[in-house]
Amino acid sequence: MLEDPAVALTIFVLALFVGIEVISKVPPLLHTPLMSGSNAISGITIVGAILAAGAEHRTLATWLGLVAIIVATINVVGGFMVTNRMLEMFEKKPKKS
Amino acid sequence: MSGTIVQLAYLLAAVLFIMGMSRLSSAKTARSGNSMAAVGMLIAIVATLLKADVVDYVTVAAGVVIGSALGAVLATRIEMTAMPQMVALLNGFGGLASALVASAELYNYFRAGETPTGIVPIAIVLGALIGAITFTGSLVAFAKLQELMSGSPITYPGQQVVNALTGVGALALCGMIVADPGNMQAYIGLLAIASILGVTLVIPIGGADMPVVISLLNSYSGLAACATGFAIGNSGLVISGSLVGASGIILTKIMCDAMNRSLANVLFSAFGQAVASTAGSGEKKTVPRYTPDDAAIVFNSASNVIIVPGYGMAVAQAQHAITELAELLESKGIKVQFAIHPVAGRMPGHMNVLLAEANVPYEKLVEMDDINPQFAEADVALVLGANDVVNPDARNAPDSPIYGMPILDVDYAGHVMVIKRSLSPGFAGIDNPLFYNDNTMMIFGDAKGISLALAEAVKALD
Repeated sequence: MLEDPAVALTIFVLALFVGIEVISKVPPLLHTPLMSGSNAISGITIVGAILAAGAEHRTLATWLGLVAIIVATINVVGGFMVTNRMLEMFEKKPKKS
Repeated sequence: MSGTIVQLAYLLAAVLFIMGMSRLSSAKTARSGNSMAAVGMLIAIVATLLKADVVDYVTVAAGVVIGSALGAVLATRIEMTAMPQMVALLNGFGGLASALVASAELYNYFRAGETPTGIVPIAIVLGALIGAITFTGSLVAFAKLQELMSGSPITYPGQQVVNALTGVGALALCGMIVADPGNMQAYIGLLAIASILGVTLVIPIGGADMPVVISLLNSYSGLAACATGFAIGNSGLVISGSLVGASGIILTKIMCDAMNRSLANVLFSAFGQAVASTAGSGEKKTVPRYTPDDAAIVFNSASNVIIVPGYGMAVAQAQHAITELAELLESKGIKVQFAIHPVAGRMPGHMNVLLAEANVPYEKLVEMDDINPQFAEADVALVLGANDVVNPDARNAPDSPIYGMPILDVDYAGHVMVIKRSLSPGFAGIDNPLFYNDNTMMIFGDAKGISLALAEAVKALD
C-alpha cells in the first residue's frame, strides 16, 4: 500500500496543508465542536485496530487490537454524537422577542 | 474485497472528512458537515471489515459494541460545562488507540520472526511515543479539569532538567528500537517512559493555560494516528491523522496568540505560580461593595450592555441565569451582546458552547476584535467570572506578566460591573486594577446567584 515512504510523506504533507487551509476558516464560535469533531475523526485508528484484532490467530496483538477498538470506538461514537449535540444547539432559531 | 477498492473507500472517507470539516465554517452548515464526516468514518470501517485479512469478526464486534455503548453514554450524559474534560478524555483515547495499534504491529513482526524495514520502525516508535504521551498527558488534563487534582501548576526544583532528561531518554530508546526492532525490552521501556513524560509535561501547566494544552493534545492525537498510519501502511490513517494534527496546531497557535505568549512559554514557564507567591505581599486594597439593587438602577438608564463571560460562569453554571437577565434587559429595549475572548474558559470556544446551550443566538456572541471598538459606546460592561482577559494592565503596564496580551477593553464602557466571589487574583495570580477604577462596580458573590438577583432587582424597578 504505502511501501514507498516518499509517497506516504507526500500524502502526509499535502493533507496537512489541506487541513490548515480548511480549518483556518472555522470561526472561533465553533472551536469546541471543531475539537470534538476532529477527535472523532482521529478515531480513524479504529481501522488499524480492526486489522490487528481481526487477525486469524489470537495472540497478544489481537488483544491489543481489541482494547484499541474499544477506545477508538468511544472516540468515534462519543466524538460524533457530542459534536452533533453541540451543533444542534447552535442551529436553533433565535427566539422571538 | 480487493486492496484497490479498499484504498478507494479510504479516499472517499478522507474526502468526506475534508468536506465535512469545511462545512464547519458556518454554524448553519456545521451539523450537516459533522454527519458527512460520520458517514466517511462508517465507509472506512465497513471497507476495513471487508478486507481479506479480517477474519475474527467476533472480537471486532465485541470491541465495537462495548466502545459504542460507552461512547454513546458519555456523549449524551455529559454536561456542557464539562465539555473540556470530555475533549481531554477523547484526546487521550485517540492517543491510546494509536499506541496500541503501533504496538500490535510491532508484536506481529516480532512473532513472525521478521524485522520491519524502512520507515516502518520509525513510524512504530513515533506512534507509540506520541500516543502514550497523549494518553497520560490527557488523563492529567482531565484530572485537573474535573478537579480530581489541583488546577494550579505543580513544580519542584530541577523539574525542567528532569523533564529534559526524560525526553532525551525516550528519544534514545526510540533510536535503539529503530536500530534493532526486535528489542522488546527497549520498546516496553519506551512505552513506560513516554507515559511518565505525558504526566510530567502537563502537571506544571496551570488551569488557565488549559486551552493551549487541550489544543496541543488534540494535535498530538492526530499525529499519533498519522504515525500509526505510516507503521501499518494505511493511507486512510495518514490523511485523517494529518487533518486532525493540522486542526490542533492551528487552535494551539490561536490560543497562544490570544495570550501573547509563545508555546514554549505556556508549556515550560509554570505560569501563575511564581507570580501568585508574590501577589499576597502587596498592601490590602479595598473597594466599595455594590448590591444588585445598585446595579439595577444603572441598568434602568442604560441602552447598550455588553456581557463578558469567563470561566467563573462555567464553574457556577450561570449560563442560563445570565441569559435570563439578558432577555429581560432586551425586553426593556436595551441592546445586549456577549463579548467572547478566545481564551475565556478552559478550551477553545468554551463560552460559545455554554451560551448556545442557554439559547443565546450566535449572532449575539461577538469576537474580541469586533466588540472592542464598541465598548466606548456601551453604557454597561458586565463582567461575569472573567478576570485576566479584562485586565487593563495587559495594555498599560509594561512590567505586568500579562503585558501585551490582547484583552477586552471593558474599562472604556460607561460603567463596569464585575461579578466575582472576592478580590482574589485570577488564575494567572495577577492583581487587576480594573476592580479599583472609579467607573467599576464590584458585586461580590456567586455568578449564578448574582445573575438571578440582578434579574429580580431589574424587575422590581418596573
